[in-house]
Amino acid sequence: MRQITVEALDDIARGAAVLGTGGGGDPYIGKLMAQGALRRRGNVALLDPLDLDDDDLVVPTAMMGAPTVMVEKIPSGKEIVIAFQALEKYLGRPVRATMSCEAGGLNSTTPFTVAAELGIPLVDGDMMGRAFPELQMATPTLSGVTATPMAIADEKGNSAVINTVSNRWTETLARTLIVDMGCSAMIAIYPMTGKQVKETCVLHTITLLERIGITIREARQRHEDPIAAVTGATDGYVIWRGKVGDVARRTETGFARGEAVIAGVDEFDGRDLRVAFQNEFLVARSGDDVLATTPDLITMLDDETGEPITTEGLRYGFRVAVLSMPCDPRWRTPAGLQVVGPGYFGYDIPYVPIEQRVRERTA
Amino acid sequence: MSRRIGIDVGGTNTDAVLMDGLSVVSKIKTPTTEDVTSGITTALRHVLASSGTATTDIAGVMIGTTHFTNAVVERRRLEPTATVRLGLPATAALPPMVDWPEDLAQVVGRSTFMVHGGHEFDGREIAPLDPEEIRDVARQIADRGITAVAVSSVFSPVNSGMEEEAGAIIAGVIPAAQVTLSSDIGRVGLLERENAAILNACLRPLAQQTISAFRQAIAELGITAPLYLTQNDGTLMSADYAEQYPVLTFASGPTNSMRGAAFLSGLTDAMVVDVGGTTSDVGALNNGFPREASVAVDIGGVRTNFRMPDVYSFGLGGGSLVQHEPLQIGPRSVGYRITEQALVFGGHTLTTTDIAVAAGVAEIGDASLVRQLDPLLVRESMARIKQMTDAAVDRMKTSAEPVPVIVVGGGSILIAFDVAGASELVKPEHFEAANAVGAAIAQISGEVDRVYSLASMSRDEAVADAKAEATARAVAAGADADSVQIVDVEDVPLAYLPGNATRIRVKAVGDLALAATA
Repeated sequence: MRQITVEALDDIARGAAVLGTGGGGDPYIGKLMAQGALRRRGNVALLDPLDLDDDDLVVPTAMMGAPTVMVEKIPSGKEIVIAFQALEKYLGRPVRATMSCEAGGLNSTTPFTVAAELGIPLVDGDMMGRAFPELQMATPTLSGVTATPMAIADEKGNSAVINTVSNRWTETLARTLIVDMGCSAMIAIYPMTGKQVKETCVLHTITLLERIGITIREARQRHEDPIAAVTGATDGYVIWRGKVGDVARRTETGFARGEAVIAGVDEFDGRDLRVAFQNEFLVARSGDDVLATTPDLITMLDDETGEPITTEGLRYGFRVAVLSMPCDPRWRTPAGLQVVGPGYFGYDIPYVPIEQRVRERTA
Repeated sequence: MSRRIGIDVGGTNTDAVLMDGLSVVSKIKTPTTEDVTSGITTALRHVLASSGTATTDIAGVMIGTTHFTNAVVERRRLEPTATVRLGLPATAALPPMVDWPEDLAQVVGRSTFMVHGGHEFDGREIAPLDPEEIRDVARQIADRGITAVAVSSVFSPVNSGMEEEAGAIIAGVIPAAQVTLSSDIGRVGLLERENAAILNACLRPLAQQTISAFRQAIAELGITAPLYLTQNDGTLMSADYAEQYPVLTFASGPTNSMRGAAFLSGLTDAMVVDVGGTTSDVGALNNGFPREASVAVDIGGVRTNFRMPDVYSFGLGGGSLVQHEPLQIGPRSVGYRITEQALVFGGHTLTTTDIAVAAGVAEIGDASLVRQLDPLLVRESMARIKQMTDAAVDRMKTSAEPVPVIVVGGGSILIAFDVAGASELVKPEHFEAANAVGAAIAQISGEVDRVYSLASMSRDEAVADAKAEATARAVAAGADADSVQIVDVEDVPLAYLPGNATRIRVKAVGDLALAATA
């Protein structure tokens, strides 16, 4: 099995910020925590999901709560291990490996702590192929995999195992516990067999993150265009280039919502792009034209350095390239769109795959 | 008479201006000296003598300095510091100084301690403070002979009580301790706020030494007027306060330049290009104040979350090296050695200043010494200087609309062209001393940051109370009551607290009320 080193985590975290599509929590804290665990415990083995036995048990782990709380109340580092072990004990059989819930943002690196502390491998894959804000927004949900039993633990040593009737209920009940735990806790969720991982998860995304991170770093070192490097590594498209103008933000029902206006430059000169976000970038429009929507990925990179820009970091005057990349095909099914399509987030916009939107515009 | 002296102590030059009311009476640029104070004394003597001002007519001396920033950047003269964080059982995954560059951590030492305490976002305690645990840590700190201590606590911007209690316990065990509380300095974001507190703690001995040298320099000349230092938001703090919070002087240099540019040009909304010897800073003025950066700011490799002016620095200055084939301007510079090394001064290094003289846009040194320069090289270099400036201004502009561009700083002789996107190019009188002018005109602020219970008063009443208190504090700190304005109001409702509480932060700013000391 390939070993992930402290240095490789720099590349993985950079790639995770690209697929974080502007949200997914502060990758800085996540990276520091994972690197700390690796320094203490040694490298983490990356397990190819295709090497899982069908009846192996896999338990994904993640941070859940408000990213703004986590930058103040930093985890102890033990809660994620407690959550994992609580669920393992409840399940009554040994767990072969852990896995990331999201390939974007902070949670792509959180499970490295569990893997390093317990000396188990990390599966090369995730359950979204990007970052999304709610627990039920996972590809296994679409195949009927249940999120529960799940375990949740805080830094004080409290833990709970919950069972729910649907993955939507898991989100609701876990959210309530999280508030009492101080709005930041760690979870072990979606226990799956090796067969389920292979059939319902998005595979090889940790390797993808690393490749994106390496591509940006190397392009910068060679003074090549990092934007072109990213589109190459992700099958993505540059849908806009411009300068950030107005950024309107408001906090609503626990989510950071808002809209950024990007004044076009070069071929986009004279027009504005409006990018709406709710934690993540969700919809990109110019006038009446829709350029991209969720569940396809919309991400913003510094036009010069290729460094990903989060919704909190967005500010006036940034020169950015706006990229869109195709999402996992399962999100494009009617069942997938019901969970993460534009309609779920309150946009009355039909979903059209990004490849088709680009083809139609250039035709 | 309301005469006052503004001094900007940069890494290369010390600038001073003597102002009478709103006009600049005299000014000087002199090299910054190793001991800092003799440069200040030279500058003070000059502005007093050349304007014929009696020392008794001086009502205030305002100093802006990069001295403390430089100490961090150069890892020099920093005091070994202990850090005590209240937050266990939370936060253990990332101990204090976890993200510090190793060389700086070595100098400051990694004497870090984590103890129980801290608050949740809603004000509940994560764990109770344990006085005996803190006393034990304090004894360990005392055993290591450390007296500089930084104290941080989770969510201390919401409730600073535990930091205050812990600070008092430590001071009880270590009588010589100088304790910095993170809640006195920064905002939400534990690592960043804690980092700022540690930087402040390790700078305090240097601050006491430097500021007492400032005081002495002023006293030796017979000036009895109060001494102020400028802070990162462009307002003043008393010398006594600055001794306790040297970290608040960070980034006051660019702020002073931009405030000075606004004052000298009479413009309140514009772009400012401050061209120094090695680098240029570009920033935007909104309502006469610099626009603030919204992201984490690195100081000497340490992440902090101060409110800093949003400034873009690029490697163009009056001393920048010019190389040809391929053409390259900066980022290397001859810096303060320009008067020995530039061609126009008889040296052997081709600099941007030589190019400007050869192009006929500046008259400095001996123009005959650059007459042999290839005209094509001169033309291409000037084009490159324009290109670099245009790109930097465009990067910092907030709209496509043309805006006025104010050019200040000693190196601004280079900017002899129309900057792209500028509605007009303004090079105000005294442009080279804008930073010192910014210090001289700096205002006084008063701040309130308090949690109000809304059980017995309305939110509006609470905000009005905070505004009145902030105004009173600004006046008490020396602001002219008629000029005080409320510049910032922030209120954050705190959920789950008994009695429905809200945290209100108000900042009031006014002109310094100047009275002659005799």
